[in-house]
Amino acid sequence: MSESSNLADIARRNFLTRAGAVTGAAAIAPGVFLSVTASARPADQAVTAKKRWGILVDTNKCASGCNDCVTACEQENGWGHSEPESNAEQKAHWIRTVDIRNKSTGFAKTLPMMCQHCETAPCVDVCPTGASFRRADGIVLVDKHICIGCRYCMMACPYKARSFVHEDLHDQKPWAPRGKGTVESCTMCVQRVDKGRIPACVETCSAENHNALIFGDLYDENSEISKALKAQDSVEIRGDLGLNTGVRYRGI
Amino acid sequence: MSQFLPALRVFAVLLSLLLLLPQAATADDDDDSGEKETLPFSDLSFPEPERHFSATQKCVQPDGEMRRNHMKYILHQRDETMHEGIRTRQYSLEECVNCHAAKNDEGEYIPVNAPDQFCASCHSYASVNIDCFQCHATKPVRASTLHTQSSTDTNHTTQELSSNISPLLASEGPAQ
Repeated sequence: MSESSNLADIARRNFLTRAGAVTGAAAIAPGVFLSVTASARPADQAVTAKKRWGILVDTNKCASGCNDCVTACEQENGWGHSEPESNAEQKAHWIRTVDIRNKSTGFAKTLPMMCQHCETAPCVDVCPTGASFRRADGIVLVDKHICIGCRYCMMACPYKARSFVHEDLHDQKPWAPRGKGTVESCTMCVQRVDKGRIPACVETCSAENHNALIFGDLYDENSEISKALKAQDSVEIRGDLGLNTGVRYRGI
Repeated sequence: MSQFLPALRVFAVLLSLLLLLPQAATADDDDDSGEKETLPFSDLSFPEPERHFSATQKCVQPDGEMRRNHMKYILHQRDETMHEGIRTRQYSLEECVNCHAAKNDEGEYIPVNAPDQFCASCHSYASVNIDCFQCHATKPVRASTLHTQSSTDTNHTTQELSSNISPLLASEGPAQ
């Protein structure tokens, strides 16, 4: 799309993304280069800043209408059919698919959109209680025990990644507690990551042979995601905001 | 001044009588009731846990410690898990539910916060309102990973649940 001669389109594109080469280097250069094995962290040890978890989305492999990552997330974390009284705007959306189209060429694409797990997350900045926080390993979470449901974080998020629970819930998953009056978003399947597994969306995407999602440690230069980021161009969405997101995209 | 003295004496006698009367009355009551009165809610009972932590210990800490301080263990674990990703099982709320959720006659789990179940029965007795289960699961979903003795070792099988209901609080006396 960068070959487009339409200046307005280029301006729009630059607004959405920033030069991938620069961001790619920024993501890898400050990394702590450790040859960490893939074994899971022991259950009684705290997470450290020696890792930073990230996801690379190759939108070239995202088929139009494919919703597999969304269904996988719904099943893993127990959202999607839990709020019958809420309208479409109010319902939980930990991850959603977004259709984008180049108006001048008509070229259309689908991509998954969720919490981008920013290094300098606006949701963390604005939270008045400290409920919205960034874990040492880069995963941005909501501590629902101290969330007061003010929804400042939802307003601050440039990605519309967070949602608010408006209804009483029942039969939540033990590993993904959710409740009325609190804000929630993608947790990068923190309950799985802590046990050395990969997020549900990534697992399903690979299992269905789409292979559009790569999960891994951005600080480990030998990880699959770091190699992929080094080998090919990728961008942060709204890179102009300089948030250094943990989720990166190819092909947009 | 001297003419008031007899009146004062009478007043003092009356006052002392008034003060002593209630004591006398209670002394009478004590004499009347020879045996121990039943406490309110003394028929309160709750389901036994499905499994015990070890042959010698029912829960993850001794019973008395858990009755007084279970909330501190859960709170500590809560913050460690949420913010540091520490996922040990011993004081995890999920493991509380795994042991303490009882099954009904059809073999389905009853939510631990249902009125006569383990969590709710005691908290309503103590007038404590807990928010845990607005968000957290109330029934076991996946098998426990906490290594404990199985129910068969300690004679507390699911079938025996109804007969094993023990009026623990009644034997403990009034809530302190």
